[in-house]
Amino acid sequence: MDAETMSSLATAGAIALGAIAPAVAIGMIGSKGVEAIGRNPEAAGKVQGPMVLAIAFAEAIAVYALVVALIIKFVK
Amino acid sequence: MEISLAAEKIGHIGAMPITNSMLTSWIATLLLIVLAFVATRSLKQVPKGIQNFFELIMEFLINTVNSVIDNKEQSKKYLPLVATIFLFIITNNWLGLLPGIGTIGLHEVHNGKEVFIPLLRSGNADLNTTLALAIIAVIAIQVFGILAIGAVKYAGKFINFSSPIMFFVGILEFISEMSRLISFSFRLFGNVFAGEVLLAVIAMLLPFVGPLPFYGLELFVGFIQALVFMMLTLVFIKSAITDHSAEAH
Repeated sequence: MDAETMSSLATAGAIALGAIAPAVAIGMIGSKGVEAIGRNPEAAGKVQGPMVLAIAFAEAIAVYALVVALIIKFVK
Repeated sequence: MEISLAAEKIGHIGAMPITNSMLTSWIATLLLIVLAFVATRSLKQVPKGIQNFFELIMEFLINTVNSVIDNKEQSKKYLPLVATIFLFIITNNWLGLLPGIGTIGLHEVHNGKEVFIPLLRSGNADLNTTLALAIIAVIAIQVFGILAIGAVKYAGKFINFSSPIMFFVGILEFISEMSRLISFSFRLFGNVFAGEVLLAVIAMLLPFVGPLPFYGLELFVGFIQALVFMMLTLVFIKSAITDHSAEAH
């Protein structure tokens, strides 16, 4: 395996593995949030705020993985 | 297809290089300043036209600020900074979707290879811009905290000699404050740069038709990233101005 191949594999692996956990996390946050709204529809506004914030935190991890993949691919 | 992680330099002012993202940020700033002047010229009690539109935006912003900081007086103090952050980021993000960004440029020869240097690039697709915004936000959080509860109490959150465990908790708090620099800047940079790359790749694969849903996604992501940057700054300001020692354990 030469360097080019390893570099391509590393790029794909970085983003592929790095996006699993954030996807699961966002799914869990979303499901708990929607369940909370379903139990108490009047509190929908109060639930939405922290839910969006938590989703942004979780998505940031996926973005870090993407940035690492892009650095591996495009910075010589 | 050429994708460059770092923003390309298109000129110099003295010794400081000017990148294409910087140029787009200047255009966004100019747009905001011109709109601000036009909207506040001859203010009427019953707003019409563009003043009405901007009152809508300001009402949304002050309500969001108030929903995090439950205090109308304090909300007015923190509104200017967070509203500027929101408007700057959303203008930059949405400006980067217009045609001409990334496509109008010069063919130059670098190290014997011919490369294409676009003249304009989305403002937040440059790590320098997002890092600057993150530094401003983090320093502002510290300054607001010190102004609200005093330097001694604020330093007491980080340097806490009551017990060895609390000492380490203080150090961890300090490290988490500094890690916000990285998280703020990389979240915004990653989202905007990845969006740009996505649009370029989809346009290459499915011209004219393919990018349409992705432009919708990018509009949404541009708005959400501005909102998230603003909300996170607000949440950290709220936690910085709260006097934790007053809570009974």
